[in-house]
Amino acid sequence: MKRYAWLIPTIYIIFLMLPIYWLVTMSFKTTNEILGSFTLFPQRFTLDNYRTIFTDPTWYWGYINSIIYVSLNTVISVAAALPAAYAFSRYRFLGDKHLFFWLLTNRMAPAAVFALPFFQLYSAIELFDTHIAVALAHTLFNIPLAVWILEGFMSGVPRQLDETAYVDGYSFPAFFTKIFIPTIGAGIGVAAFFCFMFSWVELLLAKTLTAVYAKPIAATMTKTASTSGYELGLLAAAGTLTIIPGAIVIWFVRNYIAKGFALGRV
Amino acid sequence: MAKITLSDLRHSYFTKPKTPDDWALKQLDIEWEDGGAYALLGPSGCGKSTLLNIISGLLVPSHGRVLFNELDVTHASTADRKIAQVFQFPVVYDSMTVFDNLAFPLRNRGVAEDEVTKRVHEVAEMTDLTAMLKNRASGLTADGKQKISLGRGLVRTDVNAILFDEPLTVIDPHLKFLLRAKLKELHQRVNNTMIYVTHDQTEALTFADQVVVMNVGEVVQIGTPVELFEEPQHTFVGHFIGSPGMNVVPCTIESGSAIFGGRKIKTANKVTATTVKTELGVRPEFVSFAKTGVAARVVKVADAGRFNIVETNCQGHRVYLLSAKGEPIPSGAAKLAFDPENTRIYLDGWLGGRRVGS
Amino acid sequence: MNKPVNQKAWFFVLPVLLLVAFNAIVPLMTVVNYSVQETFGNNEFFWSGVIWFEELMRNPRFHDSLGRQFTFTLTILAIEIPLGVIIALAMPRKGIWVSVCLVLMALPLLIPWNVVGAMWNIFALPEIGLLGKTLNTLGFDYNYTRQTGAAWFTLITMDVWHWTSLVVLLSYAGLVSIPDAYYQAARIDGASPWAIFRYIQLPKMKRVLTIAILLRFMDSFNIYTEPLVLTGGGPGNSTTLLSIDLAKKALGEFDLGPAAAMSLIYFLVILLTSWIFYTLMMRNEEQ
Repeated sequence: MKRYAWLIPTIYIIFLMLPIYWLVTMSFKTTNEILGSFTLFPQRFTLDNYRTIFTDPTWYWGYINSIIYVSLNTVISVAAALPAAYAFSRYRFLGDKHLFFWLLTNRMAPAAVFALPFFQLYSAIELFDTHIAVALAHTLFNIPLAVWILEGFMSGVPRQLDETAYVDGYSFPAFFTKIFIPTIGAGIGVAAFFCFMFSWVELLLAKTLTAVYAKPIAATMTKTASTSGYELGLLAAAGTLTIIPGAIVIWFVRNYIAKGFALGRV
Repeated sequence: MAKITLSDLRHSYFTKPKTPDDWALKQLDIEWEDGGAYALLGPSGCGKSTLLNIISGLLVPSHGRVLFNELDVTHASTADRKIAQVFQFPVVYDSMTVFDNLAFPLRNRGVAEDEVTKRVHEVAEMTDLTAMLKNRASGLTADGKQKISLGRGLVRTDVNAILFDEPLTVIDPHLKFLLRAKLKELHQRVNNTMIYVTHDQTEALTFADQVVVMNVGEVVQIGTPVELFEEPQHTFVGHFIGSPGMNVVPCTIESGSAIFGGRKIKTANKVTATTVKTELGVRPEFVSFAKTGVAARVVKVADAGRFNIVETNCQGHRVYLLSAKGEPIPSGAAKLAFDPENTRIYLDGWLGGRRVGS
Repeated sequence: MNKPVNQKAWFFVLPVLLLVAFNAIVPLMTVVNYSVQETFGNNEFFWSGVIWFEELMRNPRFHDSLGRQFTFTLTILAIEIPLGVIIALAMPRKGIWVSVCLVLMALPLLIPWNVVGAMWNIFALPEIGLLGKTLNTLGFDYNYTRQTGAAWFTLITMDVWHWTSLVVLLSYAGLVSIPDAYYQAARIDGASPWAIFRYIQLPKMKRVLTIAILLRFMDSFNIYTEPLVLTGGGPGNSTTLLSIDLAKKALGEFDLGPAAAMSLIYFLVILLTSWIFYTLMMRNEEQ
């Protein structure tokens, strides 16, 4: 039985790769070929779809917008979560347990519930259609996540480290930036990865809070699907390009992915 | 229960070992009598864990054979060898009670439930676990968990040998002594072959009838605790066993006798051949201050309870000696005498005149 | 863990508190506000009490989407959890293949949700999609835009594709945290593969599986974008899950009152599961 165990993950990975393969192969086909016949490989290999994306500003700005708000969100979330996670992992204070629980409920908040109120809130403070609006809105679920992950990692660091540093004469800010942050470097990497990931894959809020200037790539795709008819090749190319950033960041955190999904608690 | 024979055993983790350093175990021929208590003693990385894994069947040696009662088990699986093992870190089945933990090996083998209950109660009584039989195993302290691990070996009637892999590592110091005494007691009661791996000389010497001392993949001496102490076959054994360890100083050889500090030193052995490195070994217990002897200078005196440990500088080498409480210790210059019966010449580390296994 | 009491720790939590409160409390108040008001357009609102809640409770449309939601969630849990555990058990533990498996398996988790929907949309198209064409060639009459069964099959397969890896990753992390000595001890004790799973692997995975089940429960309850892009809730209303129904009401029909009331009920469900999640997790942590 053990000898054939490898078959199970292999079949599963093939199952995972099939739709991705179909998307990628479709991005190299012409619209005529997609609609006209069923082919496993592109018969007339074309880069036209990619050319369109890289030359049309509404397309490539979609990517730039997405990357801007995702990066902003990652920085804000991790920066705010660091001291909070430290407080939760090291001290007890009035209402700490309730606060922690309340943060968790926000990780679970359904975006559909918040879409409309968010639209009104960010319009009222005149941040509608800006990158910062999306970045801030995404902190709703990313900050709780970052706090949970970082707290998990920090609790794995013995408190003696803090005490030794104070005995050695470090002030708190010096200890935190020079000793503590490097120690939990892996945890910060994982937290940043998850913020990046969830901000990158979320679309409903990002679409609701933007119109033109900060419109994410995903929204550009939906518009294309409805306005310019059925340009499946173009859509496939755009979709393929959204997979690449994820694939790159996964590689860096491959050894910690599971620990991150377990909120640092394996 | 079984006699265990390791015949011409060698092991390397490389597929094609080139230098002698590639061998984790160099050359081993050991015979362990049925029902004996043995210890494998040596520093980290000496190959004792490799040897233990070969006995338990987790590793197949690159060369040589393992025999249990003349039966070749070199390629047999762990389960087929019918051994029990207590690991360095306690292994218990957390979700089960202590009773179920002890019953687990029997139930896996399809033993009838009345028999299981009977055996478990017997073993629980031996290992002082009776009061906790109904408790969750995860709630026990480290020593309790180690007793469960041991108990899982003891409940079985078919066990050839029980192996211990540094079992006291995570036990509180004040409990170590108790658990060690318990092990010794259990060995006398069940008379099983037990092999105990450790780097702690006290554990090895108090537990075992026979101690196998290992260093860098080689067995350097097999003997009773008394033999290891009185007749170290290798300077490593002298060093490693005893506190402080044996004094080892370089010497020259003239017509079979040792010359140290310009004086001829009487020794228990004579050598015929000389090699690159010739040394003199004598335990601190057998060095004393005398009127005539090798000139030395007292450097430091440390109180060790019933006696003092005196550190001297003897001809540029550090030599320790033990002096009983109340005996005068000269300050500064002194002369040292070595007890001829317990002073030996070592050639390239090995006791001159004979060598283990040859 | 005896953590010292230190009320100044609140200052550390303050930035998080402000940011999340801004995003959570203001919109939540807005929702509560809508849920008890009636609007006739022109931004005029009237107090309407709890009629939206009463109406919602009686509304068959809500019952249907709630029913569909539970069917969906329970189905994907019943598939993804055992499947994820089996795959994790079969995964290699050492060597280069571990990284390869982990990276490839994590890939679906990093694809924007609308792309997931779009990808499965074109993958399953009956005439030009790989899956749809294959099924039809094999003799199945398959068209997810017209058949309810096919739409559900596609939706569930998509979710299994998208999220099983999460269960795999968590289970795998639990499995590799088991020291080798446990497996050796089990072999010595003569344990069968089933006994090893039941008494060693499963207890060690209990904690991560709790996380996996509850995350999947809550996230599947929130699922919106993927089914919207894949089937748009159709054919008919057959795959209109709770979120889609809610968005249709709020954004499509601009029925703010009922939509808000629905949001709150929704939120209570989430709150309840979050609380169970939290309690279980904390109890695990204390052990």
